[in-house]
Amino acid sequence: MADILQLLVYGVVLGSILTLGAIGVSLIYGILRFAHFAHGDMMTVGAYAALVAVAAAGLPVYAALPLAMAAAAAVAVAIDRIVYRPLRRTSPMILLISSFGMALVLRSAVQLVWGPANRVYVPGIRVPYQVADVRIGVDHLVIVAGAVVLVIALHLFLRRTRTGKAMRAMADNAELARISGVDTERVVLWTWVIGGALAAAAGVFLALDTRLHPTVGWHMLLPVFAAAILGGIGKPYGAIAGGLTIGVAQELSTAVIAPVYKPAVAFAVIVVVLIVRPRGLLGGRG
Amino acid sequence: MTALRVEDVHGGYGGTDILNGVSLAVDPGEVVVVIGPNGAGKSTLMRAIFGLIGVHRGRITVDGRNIAGLRPDQVSGLGLGYVPQDDNTFAGMTVGENLEMGAFLRPEHTARRMAAVFDLFPRLAERSHQRVGTMSGGERQMVALGRALMTEPKLLLLDEPTAGLAPDLAAETFERIRAVNSQGVGILMVEQNARQALAIADRGVVMVMGRDRHTDTGPALLADPEVASLFLGG
Ligand SMILES: Nc1ncnc2c1ncn2[C@@H]1O[C@H](COP(=O)(O)OP(=O)(O)O)[C@@H](O)[C@H]1O
Ligand SMILES: [Mg+2]
Repeated sequence: MADILQLLVYGVVLGSILTLGAIGVSLIYGILRFAHFAHGDMMTVGAYAALVAVAAAGLPVYAALPLAMAAAAAVAVAIDRIVYRPLRRTSPMILLISSFGMALVLRSAVQLVWGPANRVYVPGIRVPYQVADVRIGVDHLVIVAGAVVLVIALHLFLRRTRTGKAMRAMADNAELARISGVDTERVVLWTWVIGGALAAAAGVFLALDTRLHPTVGWHMLLPVFAAAILGGIGKPYGAIAGGLTIGVAQELSTAVIAPVYKPAVAFAVIVVVLIVRPRGLLGGRG
Repeated sequence: MTALRVEDVHGGYGGTDILNGVSLAVDPGEVVVVIGPNGAGKSTLMRAIFGLIGVHRGRITVDGRNIAGLRPDQVSGLGLGYVPQDDNTFAGMTVGENLEMGAFLRPEHTARRMAAVFDLFPRLAERSHQRVGTMSGGERQMVALGRALMTEPKLLLLDEPTAGLAPDLAAETFERIRAVNSQGVGILMVEQNARQALAIADRGVVMVMGRDRHTDTGPALLADPEVASLFLGG
């Protein structure tokens, strides 16, 4: 029983990370109608941007986080302007392939600058809290609390601000949004800012939970997409349900099968859910 | 008060042109009805006016200013409203949010305009928190019209506003359109219910194969035997 509770804790932590990545994937799909394959590597870029702030400026990780989010948002906007925007009038397939290329470029750039070795933000082991028989690390609390705060902030942005409403309207019916006076390019810009910033947060939390490595985000791409699809791609709220489901399922699976099969679990969950609910948990667009 | 002129417009979706030199005019405060067979390019004309498709020849002017080449959000900013034929609501959003999006460019007027729209459609006031995707076709059409009215347009483009509505609802919709027009809003409307639409029109345009074939007053078109046999069911 304690083992299962322990795995649940790990699952919620992983789910929080996946959620932050999946929200971006879902928003980008909803607005731009393409699967952004460079999203995992955007997470890596964010994680290393925080490393710069921690190592060079001596900041604590929580202070480095906003800087990393800003840096990744800037990178995402720059990539959109230089690579994706000129291709936007072609087809979603070309955008998808070019994002795959961008993924390789980002990963190589990270490896070029920081090398292929494992890194950590702060060396040393911190003693976890012990609640009954379940161990909860300080970093775990930071990750889950950070994800909750960011998700609430996003919710308020989407519901209360004019730009957030324009974003929802555009994901709902792009042409009608334009007819209503929404400037598409402005919404696209905000989509990358939010998607990039949340990817950075996911990356920093992932590195905090495990370690920094140039492929750390790339390995998350499958579960992040699984979470987005599970929640109904194009629906950012679905990404929360999807992220937690995949995270918990992956960690619980290690009770019965070897941890190397975790990615396969993500895959199995989407297959099963899509058979039962073809439009995802919250019924996104097909 | 806004005047719209469409002059010899050619354009389409990239392949062969759908619009082959169509011209028409809506003078300030007028109701102009466009009728014509399916596929004539009536909806395409509306989309061209609103900047949703390219126009490579001809002019579209609003009060003398050429608007061909403007983006849809810019056309909306000029005081034009548009209710497309299909997909004309934000189905995943509530009635209130749909109306709010209508006033996107003038958020400071949202409350006042919403009250005006609720006056016209009391039904929507009761349903303001309902998701539009869960509503009936007739109610959705009210939302669509309400959204377009939120900008307080000077000219309204309506693409088949009564399509799929039961006869009593269609008659009610024409009544509402007439009420909107009586406040000075010009109307350019595509309609299949040609007889009822022409009855409230200052002018009618018969569009065939991407061109205006006949233009005349509503009563004159209604009396024209060719128009009658083709579009008014004998
Ligand atoms: N998105 C589109 N892409 C390509 N062709 C289209 C598109 N929409 C409509 N068409 C074509 O344009 C022609 C005119 O369509 P439309 O303007 O909708 O006619 P109407 O509204 O008069 O029935 C039709 O032949 C239709 O097949
Ligand atoms: Mg049509």
